Amino acid sequence: MTTSAPLRAGWFGDFGGQFVPELLMPPLHELEEAYATIAASPAFKEELAGLMTDYVGRPTSLYRCRTLSKELGINLWLKREDLAHTGAHKINNTLGQALLTKHMGKTVLMAETGAGQHGVATATAAAMLGLECLVFMGATDVVRQAHNVRRMELLGATVHPVQSGTQTLKDAINAALRYWIAEQATTHYCIGSVVGPHPFPIIVRDFQRCIGDEMRAQFRAKIGRLPDYVVACCGGGSNAMGTFYPYIEDEGVQLVGVEAAGTGDPGCYHSATLTQGTNGVLHGTRTKLLQTEDGQILPSHSVAPGLDYPGVGPEHAWLQASGRARYECVNDVQALAAFHTLCRAEGIIPALESSHALAWVLENSASLPKGCHVAVTLSGRGDKDLGIIQEIQETQRKQA
Amino acid sequence: MSAPSRLEAAIRAATATGRPALIPFLPAGYPDKDRFWTELAALDAHGADVIEIGVPFSDPVADGPVVEAASLECLEAGVTLAWILAELKARAAAGTAPKAPLVLMGYANPFLQYGLAALAADAAAGGVAGMIIPDLPYEERGPFQDALAAAGVDLIPLIGLNTSPERMRLYADNARGFAYLVSVMGVTGERDTLPEPVKAQLAVAREIFPVPVALGFGISRPEQLQDLPADAAIFGSALIRHIKAGGDAAGFMARWQ
Repeated sequence: MTTSAPLRAGWFGDFGGQFVPELLMPPLHELEEAYATIAASPAFKEELAGLMTDYVGRPTSLYRCRTLSKELGINLWLKREDLAHTGAHKINNTLGQALLTKHMGKTVLMAETGAGQHGVATATAAAMLGLECLVFMGATDVVRQAHNVRRMELLGATVHPVQSGTQTLKDAINAALRYWIAEQATTHYCIGSVVGPHPFPIIVRDFQRCIGDEMRAQFRAKIGRLPDYVVACCGGGSNAMGTFYPYIEDEGVQLVGVEAAGTGDPGCYHSATLTQGTNGVLHGTRTKLLQTEDGQILPSHSVAPGLDYPGVGPEHAWLQASGRARYECVNDVQALAAFHTLCRAEGIIPALESSHALAWVLENSASLPKGCHVAVTLSGRGDKDLGIIQEIQETQRKQA
Repeated sequence: MSAPSRLEAAIRAATATGRPALIPFLPAGYPDKDRFWTELAALDAHGADVIEIGVPFSDPVADGPVVEAASLECLEAGVTLAWILAELKARAAAGTAPKAPLVLMGYANPFLQYGLAALAADAAAGGVAGMIIPDLPYEERGPFQDALAAAGVDLIPLIGLNTSPERMRLYADNARGFAYLVSVMGVTGERDTLPEPVKAQLAVAREIFPVPVALGFGISRPEQLQDLPADAAIFGSALIRHIKAGGDAAGFMARWQ
């Protein structure tokens, strides 16, 4: 069975659920109800569609790489989410949830962010719709992603550094859940990926499925059929889920999620939860996790800040378990090489997250059928990562 | 017919004397792995009716800064669920376990990794009478409830100020031990005053639950319980802070007598 339809509400096979304090059940039920009624109404859909077109700039283009297709002997296509407003797919979801927040009569949009991209997208949607915005961010990430902190502040958001735990994304999520418990009457927690308790994995997937829906239509128009491979990077998994979902029943289309294998050094905790993790419960959902045998959550690592999370969306865990999608690993070095390749070959600076998906294609192109059509979701642009790239280049220069 | 609940009996024994039962909370292994057992014995000797032992977790979403920091210290010191249960079993076998019934408080994931059947058996063998799992709402309780009930360990329901009577009734069916009313819309930690709706919610909960209702989160002084019809009071952050400042459990319990 390859369908991802939940066997019971909020579950994808053995994955999903609502593992949260009882105090969060009323706002989760409220959200479930609002999503089923408000978000399903024609008026809401029309308003969101209008914003997607006029504000976000959808549909984003589907671009066939001229140089790389020739070099690799395959047809390499990029779904250009980097061309969406704010430079990443994140805006699709935050705008949907912000609009839902407004229709629910809540006044504060709250989020957590690791790399800052989801924070920027949340702050953007909140500013445009006149909502207050509060973003939790690990204190370490606040320093690493200073540029995005400044962007959020310019957009009117308050950024709250989280000092507890590892001071990274997972601790920011803990802080956000705690804040939501206390402020649920006025605040919506805008979760940024297909993670967290039900109904978030479904809501975020549905707001992101525009990626895959558009891609299908664009392939029909351009080549008269669907692609052979659809490839997307997978951290929490929102862009991969949004890309894969419309293809789930198309069994001729191979779905490949690409996780971050980190440095490969001993003690590197990578972020490859589907290929390296084990089943467990984190942040309200049962999924694959990086954890010790005792069930303590391990820190994660990737050169791509957006992939740096020790969990993954429960529906991905199900797609893997059912065999409908496969998940592969790419390490930091391979991703960086793909980053530079795309910059030079096509004049596109990709996000380091997207560079993982691209790297899988570059590494495996020789074994793919000649002339096949491979679509990679370019989830975001790489301007945000220039500090990381510069730091790596300086380290390499010193070592040389 | 299942055996009577030791937790319910201990709380009813306290309320029969005209006072709420006292339930101190201390993370396992705090302030260090040896002294924890000394402090546990002191809590037992100085008026604790039930003792709640925290199982440290790396990502405790329902805990405030004091409990979280203490838990992380314990993890760094090498505390694991396996260590806690093994130590409890050894003490139970040696007859040196506290006389007050014990409750384990911890998050779902470490319990799941241990295995629910093994957890229930080892907890029961270690003299654990009940478990509190903050990230386990009604919808996800089934497998835990079944495993623990088979070993005679009570799964304590947590409810809040925003829990409706309808949801309380769901929890009240088959409730054993006691029900835990979270007194604030927030995480663990001391508060100067408790919110106004606590009194009314306590009254509703005591009407619905067939077991005693304990009040926890935000409680640091006995005066906070005046005029509140709680059957028991749970306090953790204030105790941790007292020990961190150089005090001991016996000294802390003195103020509650």
